[in-house]
Amino acid sequence: MTTAVATAPTRVTVTRPPSALRLGLSRGLLELRMFLRERDAVVFMFALPPTLLALLGSIFTNSFQGTGVTASQVFAASMIAGGIASTTFVNLGIWIAAELDDGTLRRLRTVPMPPVAYLIGKIVLVVVTSVAEVAVLLTVGVVFFDLRLLATLEQWFTFGWVFVLATISCSLLGIAVSNLARSARSAPAVVNLPFLVLEFISGVFIIPITELPRLLLSVGSLFPLKWAAQGFRSAFLPDNMTVHEVAGAWEHGRIALVLGAWCLGGLLLCLKTFRWRGRRDR
Amino acid sequence: MTAIDIRNLRKSYGAHTAVDDLSVAIEDGEVFALLGPNGAGKTTTVEIRTGHRRRDHGQVDVLGQDPEHADLSWRVEIGVVLQEVRDAGQLTVAEIVRHYARYYPSPYQPDDVIARVGLTESAGVRLLGLSGGQRRRLDVALGIVGRPRLLFLDEPTTGFDPEARRQFWEIIRTLRGGTTILLTTHYLDEAEALADRVGVINAGRLVSVGSPAELGGRANAPAEVRWLDGSTHRAVTTSDPAGAVVELSRRFGGPVPGLTVARPSLEDIYLDLIGGVPS
Repeated sequence: MTTAVATAPTRVTVTRPPSALRLGLSRGLLELRMFLRERDAVVFMFALPPTLLALLGSIFTNSFQGTGVTASQVFAASMIAGGIASTTFVNLGIWIAAELDDGTLRRLRTVPMPPVAYLIGKIVLVVVTSVAEVAVLLTVGVVFFDLRLLATLEQWFTFGWVFVLATISCSLLGIAVSNLARSARSAPAVVNLPFLVLEFISGVFIIPITELPRLLLSVGSLFPLKWAAQGFRSAFLPDNMTVHEVAGAWEHGRIALVLGAWCLGGLLLCLKTFRWRGRRDR
Repeated sequence: MTAIDIRNLRKSYGAHTAVDDLSVAIEDGEVFALLGPNGAGKTTTVEIRTGHRRRDHGQVDVLGQDPEHADLSWRVEIGVVLQEVRDAGQLTVAEIVRHYARYYPSPYQPDDVIARVGLTESAGVRLLGLSGGQRRRLDVALGIVGRPRLLFLDEPTTGFDPEARRQFWEIIRTLRGGTTILLTTHYLDEAEALADRVGVINAGRLVSVGSPAELGGRANAPAEVRWLDGSTHRAVTTSDPAGAVVELSRRFGGPVPGLTVARPSLEDIYLDLIGGVPS
């Protein structure tokens, strides 16, 4: 053990206080570094959706009559929504619950950090991990399950806005749900249960979505995952597949409306419920 | 100048009153120890001063601002070392100290701060791999890296072995003068070793304030004079021990065998103040 040095440390001279954007980007890099070092969590997050896709795509090999589209192609498109939900809703929910529990947030409250810098850090984490997750899923989909990569600008446009709205809405819901967990230990249960249920009732695991009982379908339709999956199907699948959608159409307007509403609602929910303290030391 | 001025502070959690009509002023540059048993209200008082908890009643002024309504620039001048933070296990000492330095407009050099708390050899170690004492010294590094005028230390050495505690005290001593320090502790020797003044808090009330030497009237409390009379131990308790010694000296006509004069120890005073029983 070294002994303390009694001389006063040198002062670094900086003229202006650091900006929220710079601090946020710095936090984002730090969060990514911490995340990548949690090797188990990284493997789980990037392996689970492709594994599920590989399993479902190998088990259900039928194709939809008269459309030339296989079940595995539909899975590949829908699973992108599931993958985004896991990098946003699941990961943020568990991650922030842990930050509440281990004192990360309490410590951050003691420093002159603008709260928006914390949010920017989370955005960096979520965007990088979500893009990586989608890249992995697309690779598996294209290489093994005949998923056709987007060809037209219009398809890319659809993919783009669905990705953005799905990422924002599911992230905000993840932040909101993190506050429900009583501790870091209970967070995976609190977050994964609704996630799994939603994957079943949102047309990610069960295709075509019209196979679902009416009641489950109605419940699933309340949440963003169903609409995100539908949006990704609309980008990757030919238009003759709309017969296997609930409304018989891609419903772009409604997808944008519901996801947009969840972005707004999620934001309000976060502003109302977000706490810098865990339940145990409130 | 007054760094912290608290008047009639009150805070309850439901039916439990954690802080009850507490008033205290802490001067610039002073090291002030808030001493009290567990659950006495030390942490609550600190949390109200750092703006992390709302008070029910009273006035709080910390570096000229009310912590409840203070802005971020106020936080630049304040360092806080909290209890029970186990964050960022996957980062190294150097990484997290450098990161926290970024929050401040004119921080210390991170490497100097790491050296100052004696963690240079562990700079590349991930926080998960630090011992409890090293972790606590890292907490101090993060608390001082922004070059605070005022530093809060909440029970900094709880759970330390005696050697680690003494090393830790040395680090705190190097901060004296430039930084006003408010520390909470339930260790008497810690308060005595570090503080200019000690405030004893019990059941949310400040029961005594003074320098360690004069706390609770210790300087003028009756002392016990003991000596040997042949083979018999004799003792007298008096508020004028010097007079008693002069008297004994005259009676023995020279050196008094086995003479001792003892003031009540800080521990006696403290236990008396918090209504405990000396062991």
